[in-house]
Amino acid sequence: MKIAFELFFSFFKIGAFTLGGGYAMLSMVEKAVVDQKKWIPNDEFWDMIAVVQSLPGVFAVNTALYVGHRVAGTKGAFAAMLGAIIPSITIILLLATVFREYRDQPVVERIFKGIRPCVVALILAPSLRMIKSAKVTWKTAIIPIATVFLIWWLKISPAYVILAAIAGSLIYALIIRHKTRGAGGNPPNPLSRGSDPASRVPKSRRQKEKEAKP
Amino acid sequence: MIYLQLLWVFVKIGVLGFGGGYAMLSLIQHEVVDHYAWMTTTDFADMVAISQMTPGPISINLATYVGYTTAGFGGSLLASFALCLPSIIMVYFILKLFMSKKNNALMTNTLKGLKPAIAGLIFAAGLSMMNTQNFVDFGRGQYNISVIICVLAFVASYFFKANPILLIVLSGVVGFFAY
Repeated sequence: MKIAFELFFSFFKIGAFTLGGGYAMLSMVEKAVVDQKKWIPNDEFWDMIAVVQSLPGVFAVNTALYVGHRVAGTKGAFAAMLGAIIPSITIILLLATVFREYRDQPVVERIFKGIRPCVVALILAPSLRMIKSAKVTWKTAIIPIATVFLIWWLKISPAYVILAAIAGSLIYALIIRHKTRGAGGNPPNPLSRGSDPASRVPKSRRQKEKEAKP
Repeated sequence: MIYLQLLWVFVKIGVLGFGGGYAMLSLIQHEVVDHYAWMTTTDFADMVAISQMTPGPISINLATYVGYTTAGFGGSLLASFALCLPSIIMVYFILKLFMSKKNNALMTNTLKGLKPAIAGLIFAAGLSMMNTQNFVDFGRGQYNISVIICVLAFVASYFFKANPILLIVLSGVVGFFAY
């Protein structure tokens, strides 16, 4: 039970103090789980993150669930998950009550009129950065363009677009697997670090230093 | 009824939300703004700004806010829980299935193929917010301050990787003096 409490408080701290979303959180989790508490060995932690990355859902919640489950089973999974989300829920509930009270104040309204166009920019920028990191070529550019067209222009539910995209890329991945097998080689293992330069797992500086050592 | 709708919507988002917080924005926006009209497009923009400036995952923040405004305290807890529910189920079922290296290679490659579509999804979410509710002075008056804010924030974010919190604060200051 003690370890469940420790998991809860570790993730509570991370949930309460990390700004900037899931990936900013990752180095904090590594520090707590791998370096300080030594619950999970470094290698296993990053292998786990590689899996968690490809799952749908909230990244922070998935990470908490998998780390918690690995360390202390079902109890641990729930303790870590609650620790990760309770700070957010509390902060938003507090802000929501305050915001509803004051949002019609002319001062608040003026400030938010300035903020809204900035929010649009803050959503567009990472999407373009993602296109760059996904190495979209002129040939594959049809995929993001079609997605935008379907959702923005035709107002088709993104849910269907995602399902179609999953089906398409699953077929593509199966073809890759089939081809690598046909060539007689082992399928490339994306879990072995370094083999996949496009891997989205940001390595912490410490992690890189550890790898650099022979 | 509203509880069932919240549960259904956020479970769906939890199942299909590949690619992190921003990718989920498009799904959340479609359900919450376009389909059920639980939030206006300005509410949505405001909540994204608030989420950026507070700790914690953006999708949990949005779920909590939507749940709270539509069905009170219970609604906020239900919506957040619904968002996590598919993940909880996955810990037990998918984990065992995909921890094998062979299946994991397949899944990582699938996600890599999905990435361009996810980028398009996020871009569509941004485009859908480009309307006269969020750009109040567009087409009115001499100066389109909202357009200038958007372009400058985009340049600062895309080319200079400026801190989003700083950008939000600065544009709030500009809005305070301009409007």
